[in-house]
Amino acid sequence: MVDSKQQWKAWLYLLPAIVLLLVFTVWPIINTVRMAFMEGYNGLAIVGGASFKFGIGNFTKVISFTSFKTSLYNTMLLCVLTVPISTFLALLIAVALNSIKVFKKTLQTIFFLPYVTNSIAIGMVFAAMFNIVGNMGTDGHDIIITAGIINNFIQLFGGEPINWINAGSSYWANMTVMVVYIVWNALPFKILVLLGGLQSVNKQYYDAAKVDGTPKSRVFTRITVPLLSPMLAYVIITGFIGGFKEYSSIVGIFGEDMGPAGAPRRLNTIVGYIYDALPKMNYGQASAAALILFAIIFVVTMINLQISKKRVHY
Amino acid sequence: MKVVLQNLTKVFPNRDKKAGNDVVAVSDFNLEIPDGKLIGLLGPSGCGKSTTLYMISGLQKPTGGRIFFGDDDVTEISTENRGIGLVFQNYALYPHMTVLQNILFPLQNLKGADKLSKADMLERAHEAAKLVQIDELMERKPSELSGGQQQRVAIARALVKMPRVLLLDEPLSNLDARLRLQTREEIRRIQKETGITTVFVTHDQEEAMSISDMIVVMKLGVVQQTGKPQDVYDDPVNLFVAKFLGTPPINVLAGKVEGGKVYIGDEAVLEISGVEDREVYIGIRPEGFELDDNGPLSCELSNVEVMGRDVSVVSKNPASVNPVIRSIIDADNKVDLSAGVVKYRVKPHKFFLFDRETEERIRYEVK
Repeated sequence: MVDSKQQWKAWLYLLPAIVLLLVFTVWPIINTVRMAFMEGYNGLAIVGGASFKFGIGNFTKVISFTSFKTSLYNTMLLCVLTVPISTFLALLIAVALNSIKVFKKTLQTIFFLPYVTNSIAIGMVFAAMFNIVGNMGTDGHDIIITAGIINNFIQLFGGEPINWINAGSSYWANMTVMVVYIVWNALPFKILVLLGGLQSVNKQYYDAAKVDGTPKSRVFTRITVPLLSPMLAYVIITGFIGGFKEYSSIVGIFGEDMGPAGAPRRLNTIVGYIYDALPKMNYGQASAAALILFAIIFVVTMINLQISKKRVHY
Repeated sequence: MKVVLQNLTKVFPNRDKKAGNDVVAVSDFNLEIPDGKLIGLLGPSGCGKSTTLYMISGLQKPTGGRIFFGDDDVTEISTENRGIGLVFQNYALYPHMTVLQNILFPLQNLKGADKLSKADMLERAHEAAKLVQIDELMERKPSELSGGQQQRVAIARALVKMPRVLLLDEPLSNLDARLRLQTREEIRRIQKETGITTVFVTHDQEEAMSISDMIVVMKLGVVQQTGKPQDVYDDPVNLFVAKFLGTPPINVLAGKVEGGKVYIGDEAVLEISGVEDREVYIGIRPEGFELDDNGPLSCELSNVEVMGRDVSVVSKNPASVNPVIRSIIDADNKVDLSAGVVKYRVKPHKFFLFDRETEERIRYEVK
């Protein structure tokens, strides 16, 4: 324990961090709550000396907007699709990486690359890969051209090119691209955590299983997965939290319109909705949406923790 | 099940490839383990005893030599088909499973004709648990058990498949002194009750001597001596074995044989025949000394430790290789500390001679 006479020193050293946190974290949080409960709060009007009624009007209004419901639906859908897929794939890749000897380091690096690359930049690369199904030419002589490597592949195997992300593309085509992109982007972190977990598993458990003639599939389900359960819980919980904050990945592929040309905002997320409200000076509604997002993340995380209490065994 | 090891050799490639020297962990190991016996592989760390055990288990492949279980050559047979039970040094109990699930696990892996019904599995698991006296703890997780209880669970898990051979890697090393004593008797009892040929590895000579039917003393991958514990203790083939067995350890002194007498310093302590004049190491077991005021060996008395039944006399002699000479004598003998000098006679059957160079035993006859 620190000598009580010395405690002022400790506080002194902590002071810069505390001040910064108060100004840039604690106050904005408090202010967000305050703004959310001031009906019709508007950044410009308050400068003009207007006062606002206290109430839950911002919340009821936000919930009534179709655009908010769309954002909520998109966000939920992305979470529900990407978290299980990416966790499962990461688990398989981590186990595979852990069991090979040659090229292990090289492959580890390759799998980790998306983590250190800018997600907007990757988004643009993905946009190029899934790009263009277009009509060139006139008077009945349409030439369909595809420039994206994915469609080139589909054509190589004799399939019809799909309009993934361009004008006129379907919602599910867009969603598929988003799921592929988000899963790919989420893999490195999950692989890293799970691989770390695998490497800390005592090798003797596997020797013991070998002595007992345990089939590989059973080793995986009865030993590897349970022993990894703390790490699995961790990547699933952080995966959901990250998923609910999804925004930049969609900007990366579809731009700030959050949708293909001709259907803007179709793929908007809650965070996207909040950002949209800000330039319109709808701070009250943006704050309300942010608090709703917080509540959702809180509830989902609590549920996750409850489940993992039963599933994480030791 | 008789287990035979023939010219068993294990060479590990050196990690530092440039250095190039391969590490010979086990060299040309020959041993026949009779059916139903308990064998202790004994040696200091790095002597290859665990490697030998893991080669018997099949988890490690020998570089050379063959392993037989009965008449079956199992050298090329994989671990799971050898019919062995293995208890790991840290037990390797699955932490997420209860005791019962841990014991059931090997049975659930059985396939084809060996497959058991659920009821049979439970019965076998409970039988195994009863044998090691943990049937009260079946619903606990390993983390809720003491070290000794975990050890028993590990043994139950190894026994439940009714292995042909049971292998134990340092079974007592994770237990405290009291539990160690209790558990080693327990292992002996279980082994006797099941009659399964059992091989265990230890660096603790007392542990090995106390429960084994037969011990194998190893050093740097080479078997030094094999035999019944008492025989090996009474008749060591070299200085290493003599030093390794026994607590307190054997007293080693530098001396020489001259004209049919063994000299320590300028004192002739024993008359012998059959050995030409030469420099030797002399090994005298602590119990090989007798107090005798007219005895030929005199030492500077430094301390007497009373242990109840016996006393341990600590003394010094310039010829001693160890800092002190420790002798164990009956407590009825009174040692006068103020005398400053203690005089001994030596018992010839506790008195060994070893070559100065090779440290091999030199046999002699007492005159």
